[in-house]
Amino acid sequence: MQETTLTVNGKTHTVDVDPATPLLYVLRNDLGLRGPRFGCGLAQCGTCTVLMDGRPIRSCILPVSRTRGEITTLEGLPEDGKLHPVQQAWIEEQVPQCGFCQNGQILTAAALLSNSPNPSDEEIRRGMNPILCRCMTYYRIQSAVKRAATAMAGTSGEEDR
Amino acid sequence: MTRGRDPGNGRQAPDTIERALGHWEGSASRRDFLKTSGLFVFGLSAMGAAGAARQALGSQPAESGPYRDPDFLQLDSWLVVHEDGSATFYLGKTDGGQGIGTATRQMMCDELDLAFDRATVVMGRTDLTVDQGGSGGSDAIERDAMVGRRIAAEARRVLLEMASERFGVPVEELRVSEGVISLNGDPARTVTYGELVGGRRFDVALTGANINQAGGVASVKPVQDLKLVGQSIPRYDIPAKVDGSFEWAVDVRLPGMVHARNVRPPFAGATLTALDESSVRDMPGFLRVVRKGNYVAVVCEREEQAIEAAERLAVTWEKPATAPFPASDDLFEYLRSAEPEPGSERRGAAPVQGDPDGALASAATVVEAAYDVPFQGHTAIGPAHAVADPSDGQMTIYTNDMKPYSHRTGIAEFLGMPPEQVRVIWMEGPQLYGRTAADDAGFEAAYLAKELGRPVRVQWMRHEETAWDTKGPAFAIDLRGGLDADGNLVALDYQARIANYAHVGYNQARTVLIAQLMGLRPDQPSPGGARGPDDMYHVPNRRGETRAVRLPLVFETPLRTGNLRDPNGPQITFAAESFVDELAAAADADPVEFRLRLLRGATDDDEVFRRARSIAVVEAAARAYGWDARPSPGRLGDGPLLTGRGIAYTYRARTTIAVIAEVEVERETGRVRVPRMVCAHDCGLVINPDGLENTIQGNLLHGISRTLFEEVRFDGETVTSVDWRTHPTLTHRDAPERIDVVVVNGDPNPDRPDLRPYGAGEPSHKPVPAAIANAVHDATGVRMRRLPLRPERVLAELAAAGV
Repeated sequence: MQETTLTVNGKTHTVDVDPATPLLYVLRNDLGLRGPRFGCGLAQCGTCTVLMDGRPIRSCILPVSRTRGEITTLEGLPEDGKLHPVQQAWIEEQVPQCGFCQNGQILTAAALLSNSPNPSDEEIRRGMNPILCRCMTYYRIQSAVKRAATAMAGTSGEEDR
Repeated sequence: MTRGRDPGNGRQAPDTIERALGHWEGSASRRDFLKTSGLFVFGLSAMGAAGAARQALGSQPAESGPYRDPDFLQLDSWLVVHEDGSATFYLGKTDGGQGIGTATRQMMCDELDLAFDRATVVMGRTDLTVDQGGSGGSDAIERDAMVGRRIAAEARRVLLEMASERFGVPVEELRVSEGVISLNGDPARTVTYGELVGGRRFDVALTGANINQAGGVASVKPVQDLKLVGQSIPRYDIPAKVDGSFEWAVDVRLPGMVHARNVRPPFAGATLTALDESSVRDMPGFLRVVRKGNYVAVVCEREEQAIEAAERLAVTWEKPATAPFPASDDLFEYLRSAEPEPGSERRGAAPVQGDPDGALASAATVVEAAYDVPFQGHTAIGPAHAVADPSDGQMTIYTNDMKPYSHRTGIAEFLGMPPEQVRVIWMEGPQLYGRTAADDAGFEAAYLAKELGRPVRVQWMRHEETAWDTKGPAFAIDLRGGLDADGNLVALDYQARIANYAHVGYNQARTVLIAQLMGLRPDQPSPGGARGPDDMYHVPNRRGETRAVRLPLVFETPLRTGNLRDPNGPQITFAAESFVDELAAAADADPVEFRLRLLRGATDDDEVFRRARSIAVVEAAARAYGWDARPSPGRLGDGPLLTGRGIAYTYRARTTIAVIAEVEVERETGRVRVPRMVCAHDCGLVINPDGLENTIQGNLLHGISRTLFEEVRFDGETVTSVDWRTHPTLTHRDAPERIDVVVVNGDPNPDRPDLRPYGAGEPSHKPVPAAIANAVHDATGVRMRRLPLRPERVLAELAAAGV
């Protein structure tokens, strides 16, 4: 056991765990978060995705001692109590079926759009491809990413004016 | 709402749906609601709402048991009105993400005359909700929600009688709107549902020989009077699933809870001969190794400790004397050459019609073909998991088992506890599709919790889930068809062999994996169901037979079978509807025209007009796709991408479906893509068009995945499909760019006031493999008769055909 300090959703936490513990178990079992979930433990499916300094990573294989910077989970995505445009688009498109994988889908889409605000269909497919969904909601996910891109473009346009 | 989706992604509904529903649905007010409806956030957790409601009634179930079964013949077991006039519906159902809760709430609110956002739903708690069996068979809306409608109608009737008594006027002089009853002649005089019965019991007995027939005196409303049914009301569970606040079964954390992981045999049928606990005893957090027979689990304080300890535990296994099964490459040869199990013939198959052998002997053309479908896994996105709490000598299991009632009785029997000391609390999990009809993890958690005397959480690892979950059975199907000189189908012979000898069943105490590993055995293995093709084709001489074949290892096998979405339907329909295409090609007929000719070959119909509704979906699919009538294959293209289209039709129970797939086949690689699909779907009365569309889309894509990617691989010792690389799945890259869902109401009397809803959770999954294989044939002239259509297999066939 060893004390590790990490910043999650804007708050600093110190946990006393084996430093090799994958971040996922610390987030779920020590910090009580529900967004990231165990899917494979192999970094293959993306169900456990969190953002580390804005970049999607697989928390199921990252040792907690190797986390750096700011961790953002699905719970931390809204700003000022307002859902992230990607989350809003997910509701408007009624994307989820069971919803188990949607944590990874939403966070990956948010990261995709922050890097590429107006992605082509091909960019969306390529960017989202690593996140698996066994209810196969891919079709609606891709629609929702486009919807979110449009919404975000509209928002930034207003700011420009 | 779902309006105004980017047309670039080809999302046609809901406009298409609304048009298609026009006969019975098209009132302006409903469409207006679509535009103006807000989102209804499910404010209370299911357990909070459930407890609060029952507390209000003064009948809060004892947290420490005994846990009595709610009486389905009491109105109060189903429906509670609160003091503020809102209501809670108690349903013995579970939801795998198809929106059953939302749709049932729509139906019940409609009958009750209550706004949708004034009701909540509690599902799948054996101590709180009546036993409707949980989920299965795509019958939640068709059967169980119809019971809900009757119950809600009865509650409305009783409330009107109460108001009648209060005002001293006949019921006929009262009207109801959104939970408020007023006098026709004096609209200022009102009373709310909350004022009439809020927080109190109805104390009204229902009638019905069984729970599916439960109801009261009141009749349900005619379809034309329903206001919420037919609207795309947003699902109440989605906001919390999107913001991370939703509480799943995986999230259950109890005081004193510890973590367990299983240690599985490395070889199928292996026997544990030695276990060295000292290999893990000194690890941090270590609590116990639990072993009985070949079942082994390690329990630790923390989850990551249990994972590591399960990996490190030194266990010696002895391989079985006989190979447990053939290698997956030899499976179909095995199925065709093995002696079928005595007594397994003709299970579920239709009786022989006419003289198939004689008609084949005298046919102008005889076509024969053999089709193979491998074992396919459920491979849920999250592995099996459960938490069991043994506090106070009772047992509470938190699980995503889709059949919580049999989970409860199965676990009670397995543990030797009286059922009233056991309760199961269903919470949502990663899909269901049959995998959780016999959820092993709940049994394991309960067993370990009893052993340790404290709450235990079990979760499987990925390799364990993919290798050891229940499998959709492999099929080897031989077909023969005879055409007369005019190209009419006069004889059809379907002979199937199915590797389905030890079906896991539904939470039976002696068939779940932990029980088998402990050496328990059912009285006899169950071969599961084995129906034949589902179609309304008129073929004068016809036979369909299915025989179960036993693999050497029957118990403790990772090739145990279980229901997998529309159990066996995709396999059977792949063969049957591919073969119909082969017959159409032999008759030089257009595949749509050939099918319509077979459907119109007779004019008799059944009580739900399956023939008329079959013709309607085939025609609707062809129209929506823009089908150009011509025989398949089309002219072979000369570019790198070969394109084609294929159709398949079937029905499941009372729902009829036709699917058209458009494919692109890469000549160089053999890779198949499905850029476009059309599904024409007739499930009668549609409750929530957008929810239906989402469900159908999922069915179609799941079907693409099983057609192109999924196969359980094994050598002669063990299953080698253990993760997403070795049991691949459809990903974003291969999702279609365009899906058109066409909702059809092919009832000869589409405006009938008693139009019923039929199931939609699985039917549209069923014809997908055949539609894709038929499209590949149309594109290339090559007939793929073995799933999945992996690139190397397609490439080999293209090479053999000189394409």
